[in-house]
Amino acid sequence: MQALFAYGFLQRAVLSGVLIAVACAVLGVFLVLRKDAMIGHGLSHIAFAGVALGLFLRVLPLAAALVVAVAAAIAVMKLKDRAGLHGDTAIGIFSSLGMAVGILLASLARNFNVELMAYLFGDILAIEPLEVGLTVVLAAAVLAAVRLNYGKLLYMTFDRESARASGVRVGRLDTLLMVLTAVTIVLGMKVAGILLVAALIVIPAAAGLQVASSFRTAVAASAAVAVFSVVGGLGLSLALNIPASAAIVVLCFFAFAASFAVKKGRGVRLPAK
Amino acid sequence: MIALRAVSFRYDGSPVLVDIDLTIREGDFLAIIGPNGSGKTTLVKVILGLLAPTSGEVRLFGKTPAEFSERGKIGYVPQKATHIDPFFPASVEEVVGMALMAGPRQGGASGRESRAKVLKALEEVGMSGSAGTPIGRLSGGQQQRAFIARALVTSPRILFLDEPTTGVDAGTQDSFYEMLDRLNGNEGLTIVLVTHDIGIINKHVTSVACLNQRLSYHGSHAEFCRSEVFRDMVTRGDHLVAHEH
Repeated sequence: MQALFAYGFLQRAVLSGVLIAVACAVLGVFLVLRKDAMIGHGLSHIAFAGVALGLFLRVLPLAAALVVAVAAAIAVMKLKDRAGLHGDTAIGIFSSLGMAVGILLASLARNFNVELMAYLFGDILAIEPLEVGLTVVLAAAVLAAVRLNYGKLLYMTFDRESARASGVRVGRLDTLLMVLTAVTIVLGMKVAGILLVAALIVIPAAAGLQVASSFRTAVAASAAVAVFSVVGGLGLSLALNIPASAAIVVLCFFAFAASFAVKKGRGVRLPAK
Repeated sequence: MIALRAVSFRYDGSPVLVDIDLTIREGDFLAIIGPNGSGKTTLVKVILGLLAPTSGEVRLFGKTPAEFSERGKIGYVPQKATHIDPFFPASVEEVVGMALMAGPRQGGASGRESRAKVLKALEEVGMSGSAGTPIGRLSGGQQQRAFIARALVTSPRILFLDEPTTGVDAGTQDSFYEMLDRLNGNEGLTIVLVTHDIGIINKHVTSVACLNQRLSYHGSHAEFCRSEVFRDMVTRGDHLVAHEH
């Protein structure tokens, strides 16, 4: 094992993977509790257009996806407010558009389908040093932004109306949360791929929420599940020569199943509807 | 403390509040009563700045809701507080502490100071032993006390409670109102209580505002009980709840 970590590519994969996993898990707890779990899925489809655009224009796909996903996240918020749409409708509109634009660009260019596949299915073991730098800085910025606004985000997530009455600017925080999610989804594409990155947002959070008795423990448990899944998935990928993204998501699911079993074992009963 | 001048509010063109003049003074225990759909909750939301009035002026401690930044001076327990997500993984201590984290520097207090304030607020509502309990595991009455502790943790000067005893059993309601009496009488906290339970007026409040889009009465509870407005309300029923003791 020690020898394995002597490889630069593996060090880069573990460093990026762990940071992204923690960012996904922390944001995931807020999103799942807000019933916005599918936002990650929608934004990953939008990021697909950004990756295709980056490859089409021959700029760093991760950077192009970042710009497109953040712009789309803000556009979703504006559309939701101004057109009076539900959040999932606005996300549905933009995610479909994102996939359509991505497919159009791939069809026009004809020569980057192999690279696009790497983004669709994830390839953390092939992460470039420049991408690692970008990932470390952005993931640290996402976690710092959450830490700075932790109390207000928690208050807004639990009781939006009381938070507003206490002076919390919920509209700004909604936008911040969307932008942070967009950034994290783009970073997570390298780990799990566009098709599976939403799992890193939803499943560790759902697992953490099964066993937590406080919000802090939910965040900690969710982060632990995400880190375990990413590191374990990388290990399985190397040992069994299987795709890391799929191994990570399957481990996430096993962790969720285990936490569900723990909850059942404690005899926690569902409240009557 | 709070002043409304000619405040009206329309929703989708329909009038909800019409030409409301209302003054709330320091130390008041005011009950805002009226039938369902009379605009009680809307009135509180307009006062707090959660809804902007269509016309008229609202002043909180001399400032408009938009200008008013000392939000810790106001405690608020909304109507739906009893309908929280039962799976939300927050301990009672976390829920009460939320109000301290709403300010510009997340309350400006250290973790130890914040914790002391939270524990004091819990003690005030008789929930000292429940700090670590998940909020979803408390009964409706205990949850409501926890939400009042959250409203009290910033040491407010005025407390707004919107239908606080909905879904709470009669025995718990009695001890709940006794707690409000103590906060108002002994600690001088101004209380504004939205209710359609006219039975509490005799026992607890000092003044009454009777609302049905317009304010048909605002004055002392004693005069209210002798007024025609009260007699008409009791005669008509108006979906109000009579207290049985």
